[in-house]
Amino acid sequence: MRGQEEDDGPMALDARDRQILELLWEAGDLTSVALAERLGLSQSAVSRRMARLEKAGVLGPREAVLDREKLGLGVTVHLGVKLAARGGTSHVEFERVLAAIPEVQHVQHVLGRYDYRIEVVARDIADFERVLRRRIMALPGLGEVEANVVMWREERPGPLGRA
Amino acid sequence: MAGMIDETDRRVLRALQRRPDGTTAELAALAGVAPSTFWRRLGRLRRRGVIRGFRRRVNWRALGWGVEVSLRFSLDKTRPGSIDRFLAAAREIPEVVEIATYLGRVDARLHVIARDMAHYKEIYHRRLLSLPHVSEIEALMVVAEVERVRVLPV
Repeated sequence: MRGQEEDDGPMALDARDRQILELLWEAGDLTSVALAERLGLSQSAVSRRMARLEKAGVLGPREAVLDREKLGLGVTVHLGVKLAARGGTSHVEFERVLAAIPEVQHVQHVLGRYDYRIEVVARDIADFERVLRRRIMALPGLGEVEANVVMWREERPGPLGRA
Repeated sequence: MAGMIDETDRRVLRALQRRPDGTTAELAALAGVAPSTFWRRLGRLRRRGVIRGFRRRVNWRALGWGVEVSLRFSLDKTRPGSIDRFLAAAREIPEVVEIATYLGRVDARLHVIARDMAHYKEIYHRRLLSLPHVSEIEALMVVAEVERVRVLPV
């Protein structure tokens, strides 16, 4: 067995690793047995690869993909937020209050026209207006907000075919 | 649509979202139900499509891909079908990890990853600038993931 690889830089993927990642992107609950069957590998070989990918932080946890509409969350909105010009609220405080809003799903700190990109879910437009007025507009240090209601959204795994 | 699930289903879904790596026993305990109940509810939620499936994400940063850019593409409104052609072309680019379109706007947002700035420049010039029906591009550089909550308020 080779020694620890963490200090040698990011992990390199081979074709088998990529196949595993692709399959687990599509069906994250596949067991190592099921994967082994599909790939024509032994279960222990698959387990070893999965453990290595997990340890390297490459393979994320098994997230449930939920149907928002069926859960009554019919609206997803992407916000661009700019903090008010310097002086006053720190990013830390802003992010802390933001984290406490249950409708907020995803926050990224960005550079460009905005300071943050935020994804919000709501039951409907009226519910979104409530979240916007009572929670988002109340954020400390908030400058500008631009909100766009998502019509269609798709996530993709990334260049696994030829990274 | 909210009538599709009851309080026990909600507890199951909350537990599932909060502990993506949980075993059935751990999740059932978190949800305050017996493991057999958890299993049964999970099965039902899957059959009804409330749970569409499971996904294990690839963490590209852990693979040394240090650049992430969110781009807004304003599209030519002129021809019908132009947004569909744009989206089809965008899906051909492997480094595009997210695509979104918005109500009332003729534009789309693409989320693109790259190994480094040189690689990003290559993707931008070779692939992104060739996307059809684009009138304007505006980019935001992603500096950090602040919160990846992923717990829907059910």
